[in-house]
Amino acid sequence: MSHSVLSSSRPDISTKIPALEIRGLAKSFPTGGLFSRESVRALHGVDLTIGRGEIVALVGESGSGKSTLARCVARLERPSSGEILIDGVDVLKRDRFQASRAFRSQLQMVFQDPFGSLNPAHRIEHFLQRSLAIHGKGGGSGEETQRRLEGLMTTVGLQADMLNSYPHELSGGQRQRVAIARALAVEPQVILADEPTSMLDVSVRIGVLNLMRKLRDEQGISMLYITHDLASARYLADRTAVMFAGELVEEGESLDLLANPAHPYTQLLVSAVPDPARAGSYDPVRRAELRQAVMASTKCEFEGDPNQACSAEAPVRHLVGDPEDRHWVRCHLYQPWAAAAGHALAGEPTQPSRPASNAQEEASA
Amino acid sequence: MTISQVSFGSHEPVLDVKDLTVKYIGDTRSTTAVDRVSFSIGTGEVFGLAGESGCGKSTIANSIMRLLKDPAKIAGGSISFGGKDVLAMSPEELRRFRWQDVAMVFQSAMNSLNPVLTIGEQIVDIFTTHAGYPRRESLRRAGELLELVRIDPARLKSYPHQLSGGMRQRAVIAMAVALKPSLLILDEPTTALDVVVQQEIMAQIKELQRELGFSVLFITHDMSLMVELSHRMAVMYGGRIVETAKAQDVYATPRHPYTQALMGAFPPLTGPRVPLTGLPDGVKFRDIPDLSEAAPGHFVAPVGPDASAVDTALLEGAAR
Repeated sequence: MSHSVLSSSRPDISTKIPALEIRGLAKSFPTGGLFSRESVRALHGVDLTIGRGEIVALVGESGSGKSTLARCVARLERPSSGEILIDGVDVLKRDRFQASRAFRSQLQMVFQDPFGSLNPAHRIEHFLQRSLAIHGKGGGSGEETQRRLEGLMTTVGLQADMLNSYPHELSGGQRQRVAIARALAVEPQVILADEPTSMLDVSVRIGVLNLMRKLRDEQGISMLYITHDLASARYLADRTAVMFAGELVEEGESLDLLANPAHPYTQLLVSAVPDPARAGSYDPVRRAELRQAVMASTKCEFEGDPNQACSAEAPVRHLVGDPEDRHWVRCHLYQPWAAAAGHALAGEPTQPSRPASNAQEEASA
Repeated sequence: MTISQVSFGSHEPVLDVKDLTVKYIGDTRSTTAVDRVSFSIGTGEVFGLAGESGCGKSTIANSIMRLLKDPAKIAGGSISFGGKDVLAMSPEELRRFRWQDVAMVFQSAMNSLNPVLTIGEQIVDIFTTHAGYPRRESLRRAGELLELVRIDPARLKSYPHQLSGGMRQRAVIAMAVALKPSLLILDEPTTALDVVVQQEIMAQIKELQRELGFSVLFITHDMSLMVELSHRMAVMYGGRIVETAKAQDVYATPRHPYTQALMGAFPPLTGPRVPLTGLPDGVKFRDIPDLSEAAPGHFVAPVGPDASAVDTALLEGAAR
């Protein structure tokens, strides 16, 4: 935490303790009336580790639980159970009731909507100055604060004279850069970015991704990048984790995972991304098979493998390919989502409709 | 299915837009949203219009449907549909023109269904109002229509909230093709949907288009999606078309720097990870000149120190 925003010294990444570790995180939301005991399981048993200076992408469709995970980790939502470790310390135990300032200085968020996350009545200077002041990073003197403000602007690729601008005078991309500068002012170890580019004009999206990459390279900040866009996850993240119905189903080194997806849900997602290079690849028969495999799988590719036992009761993780790629897939025989939260696949016409899926959709609507 | 399939590129354009200019007129100043835009769409052709929010692509769609409301005014140019002047149509002609000749699927169309009527009632309404069929006949056709987009006709009795987003979007597309229009305008038809559903909807549109042979004006900012679906496409920037060619040509060799930036904004799913550069914040193209033919059938607005005012230093900065 001692490195300055301006310096490019990388923190020691050889240390074994991960920057962020999530263990068995679960969250359920009550549904129905005041006295109802029913609930929707939004997250269940999520284990995810982000090493120092590592960018991990979390992908999945809307309703898969990605944002709930982000909100739990950012402590905007209280998880039902599980542990969140930053630097090996369980922050849920340390600050039991709400996020402490110490926690906020370790972990910062960048939200989806840069139009909503900056108060229109203040100048850009105000947002950054406040971050510095609250977390005691102002440097003592007015001159020093000013120097840091300008440094922050330069770091995120904005002109220092924009400090005097109001948010409405900036484009969406520039506003998102301000939001990133505000997170940086605190000198966090981890940044949670929840769909940071999905509301930006397409031509400036890549610039924001490049900025995130640069911050990781130069300052060693770890990031959890939450997105529904597989191509951008592949572009930015070292590792990618795939979420389905509130659980992780596959994880691995990004290039390897998207080249050799092992879980039918990952295969489904990868096959659906529009890509002119493989136009006309849509095959309704194959699609129906994949859906069937996702919703009601009866076989697992690792069945009969003496080294990797299958289980229908526990979420066994099978290792895929080279262990160097840290690529695992959850055993297909494990089918917890018969009673899990609704998801985009449930009510589709190629899928035989089941009574449970309607209830789930209404609950998630 | 009476309209036979016609290969694209027919010389008889269904829609011909010439020098269309649309202004938003305010009390003190007016803004030109669409500036001297020309394009034509052949029979059975899928024409794509790409560009970012605010570039004027939806304004063009609304001009074709004559749906512009004050303060928007068509300040110049012409729109002709099958030889008829759309801008000179009387209210009664317009009524027939809309939905029977040209139908439109709006952005987030799935939220445009009436929540208190069943899907069936809303489709039957199209047939009884526009085609004058009796109710029983309309109901039968409504069932057929749902089958066309692979929805169980039993869903006629469902209310919109009982369908998933993808199914609602299918229903809206079915309603758009109900009267077999010769042109279908799709304005960001899959923006709010997940990729898996998006791909299925796009496949559905392609299939319907092959079967019914209508022309399509496809509006989106997603270049990958556009190149997959369109035969020809145009890229818009600031109310002007900056490049137009066959979709595959634009994909293979984008010539305008703005088109290149748009193409570069979508990282590939295969191959090595190469650094991409989008358009740097603050780069603006001004006074975009008329298109000139850069290669056979490939028209590009010239860019350069003389031709169009663009900060080339900033563009070079993007390479960093």
